[in-house]
Amino acid sequence: MSDAHAHSVAFVRESEIPPAPPPARETGAVKWMRENLFSGVFNTIMTVLALIVVVYLLSGVIPWIVNGTWEGGDIRECRAILMGNGGGCFAVIAERWPQLLFGFEYPADLRWRPTVAFLLLFVAVPPALFPMYLPRWSLALTGLYPFVAFWLIWGGSILKPLVALAGVALGYAAYKVVEKRGFVLALAVGVVAAAIAWWLLGTVAGEFPRVLRLEAVESRNLGGFMLNMILGVVCVSLSLPLGIVLALGRQSRLPFIKYACVIFIEFVRGVPLITLLFVANVVLAFFLPPESNLDLIVRVVIMITMFSAAYIAEVIRGGLAALPRGQYEAADSLGLDYAQAMRLIILPQALKISIPGIVNVAVGLFKDTTLVSVISMFDLVGMIRGPILSSTDWAGVYWELWAFACVLFFVVCYGISQYSQWLERQLATDHR
Amino acid sequence: MGIRGATPMATTTEQAPDAGGGFRLSQLWYDTRYRSYTFQLIALVLLILAFAWLINNAFNNPVLQEAGISFEFLGAPAGYDINQQPIPYTSQDTHLRATVIGAINTLIVAFLACVTATVFGVIAGVLRLSKNWIVSKLMAVYVEMFRNIPVLIWILIIFTVAANVFPAMADFRIPRDGSDPTRTPVLGMFAFTNQGVFIPRLTFDGQGWLFLAIFAASVLGVFGWRRYARNELYSKGREVPVWWPSLLILFVPVIVAQFALGQPVGLENPEMGRFRFDGGFLLRPSLIALWFALSIYTGAFIAENVRAGILAVSKGQTEAAAALGLRPGRIMSLVVLPQALRVIIPPLISQYLNITKNTSLAIAVGYMDLTGTLGGITLNQTGRALECILLLMAFYLSFSLAISAIMNVYNRSVALKER
Repeated sequence: MSDAHAHSVAFVRESEIPPAPPPARETGAVKWMRENLFSGVFNTIMTVLALIVVVYLLSGVIPWIVNGTWEGGDIRECRAILMGNGGGCFAVIAERWPQLLFGFEYPADLRWRPTVAFLLLFVAVPPALFPMYLPRWSLALTGLYPFVAFWLIWGGSILKPLVALAGVALGYAAYKVVEKRGFVLALAVGVVAAAIAWWLLGTVAGEFPRVLRLEAVESRNLGGFMLNMILGVVCVSLSLPLGIVLALGRQSRLPFIKYACVIFIEFVRGVPLITLLFVANVVLAFFLPPESNLDLIVRVVIMITMFSAAYIAEVIRGGLAALPRGQYEAADSLGLDYAQAMRLIILPQALKISIPGIVNVAVGLFKDTTLVSVISMFDLVGMIRGPILSSTDWAGVYWELWAFACVLFFVVCYGISQYSQWLERQLATDHR
Repeated sequence: MGIRGATPMATTTEQAPDAGGGFRLSQLWYDTRYRSYTFQLIALVLLILAFAWLINNAFNNPVLQEAGISFEFLGAPAGYDINQQPIPYTSQDTHLRATVIGAINTLIVAFLACVTATVFGVIAGVLRLSKNWIVSKLMAVYVEMFRNIPVLIWILIIFTVAANVFPAMADFRIPRDGSDPTRTPVLGMFAFTNQGVFIPRLTFDGQGWLFLAIFAASVLGVFGWRRYARNELYSKGREVPVWWPSLLILFVPVIVAQFALGQPVGLENPEMGRFRFDGGFLLRPSLIALWFALSIYTGAFIAENVRAGILAVSKGQTEAAAALGLRPGRIMSLVVLPQALRVIIPPLISQYLNITKNTSLAIAVGYMDLTGTLGGITLNQTGRALECILLLMAFYLSFSLAISAIMNVYNRSVALKER
């Protein structure tokens, strides 16, 4: 802009006008509410209805929690303390929490052992869940955990889990030695080595039943939320490998193996879990040698594992089917044999695709562990329905107990599903 | 194990005498043409051995040896009562009849729960996508809460409510002094008591069949009208109204018939007798708990399926439809929904199967479904565990397989036709 020009014009603004603030109804909370809550007649009605529901729910729940009492020896004392102010009688949880968590027959002075096992879970699980942040050796903690947890929860001589561990280690070593000569052969050699080690070391260890002995607790004395956790963790970890094998079997070109897997999967998926638990409870014993005397908990673990393995197999089959054919062909053209192709090329990708589905199955399985209360095992639900609600002290305190159960299950299941969503984001390698 | 693709390593290192046509035993392991048979043979032998071991154990089991395996108990008198009898039954009837009643009860509660779960699920799924923040968050809370807590707990909670929190039957009784009872049924029709919920019952008398026939005819008439309207639209381009004529066809003849025939169809409300309600229809707490818990629990899963299905339809479809000048309602019904349904239906059916399988949790609240009769009391009375559980599994299995078979046919019919 030249000087000459500036004189000929009456007014030239030298500086920029500062931006005026937007109208009040177009900014901040007001705008947000107008757009999201009251953008039309229908929307406004929905907002009002939703608000009524929220207020109604909160007006019931908040006084119940705030006015609740954690003191009192039974429901009558509780009611005396509350004096009808609408509070909850949480004293039942304060008094019965050992039963809710450990079952009513787990020896009181030994409760520290499952507690330690539970705390160790937080050491043992992260290496498997967050392998990208933790050093590789920490996976050994995960591998050691089952043996430690078994020793802590069931007690007995430490030699028993040690022998089991030694068998696994020897089997793995044997597998590694033979691995170059083919996967199938190596697997067979590993299994045989492990079996021999168990047999040999087991007979030796049987001679020393008192080495580092913790007081033994019988399986039928386990209960409460601990039982749900044990069943959930054990069955999920066992059913994952079984599910992979079943899924591969179903995709196999060998007709016999394929149809054996198809029949197994469709059969298990077609029946309710309860019928399988009935099988574990009353029928399975017929098909085992009379002297085997398997614990009910072991039989239940077998049946739940079979059940969830079938579902996991279907999820993984979806993952396998979603892989482009080129991946299979590329593996073949590299000269990899079946086991190599599966382990190095196909499964890592297929499992990644299947993570959300697998986690869904795992959450479902953890919720389904409550079904064992139907075959008179005293898990959390069984404890609430049975010994606690039918006791004269606490008959009628159902809201507080069910709320406690809901909170425990919600925390675990919601945590798992949040983890899976996080993992999905971590593993997403496509560009969006 | 198994075989996928060639294993060039093995075939090249092996100096196979193929040219000579001779067969060496080592080919069974190293030659991919024969190795698959070796593997299958090994698997077959292992499987047969495992089954032989199991069956051998069963034959040597002292309990089974004594009792043998027989299904004769099905013909023996059951000797127990069933509280919900869709077909007539007394405790003198056979176990077989009790089993059939159990199966019918299973199907009843499964059907009811499927219907209501779909309603809950569709509403929650659509509302979760709503632009209204508070509504969508409320639905998210509903979905997460019900998906992450075991259905057994929900069944037991609702059973507790139905059996303990609802008022006692005595509250509905007219006191001796003739004053008003403490409680009266809602709208005079629905009485929520701790022994169950009494609802009105439809009664047909006199020319009720004629009424039903007229109703069926008007339903057919509605379909006929819609077809006529579509033909007019496609052949002549003339738009014929559909909605209000359909309503007219559906309701006018029925209402006319109701008055012309002298009110053949009536509602029988539950009336308080001396001790309990007479008339009406009783929904027991066990049925209510199972029905409501299964529908609200599975509804949360269906909501997620519905949401995923609607999100799966790409935004371009909506925009294209809008560019063609379709109104929002038409866009939903003609463009988005047909494509979303293709995604929604398969998981929806598997949710229905889940409901059917989860009805077996009835045993926890004493609803007499198949698991309660055959797998519960009959099993305990006769001690025939193996037979009862075999029958139980066979029922659920055949039901599931039948539904899956139908669904596969349906899926093939709606699948994208790729050329």
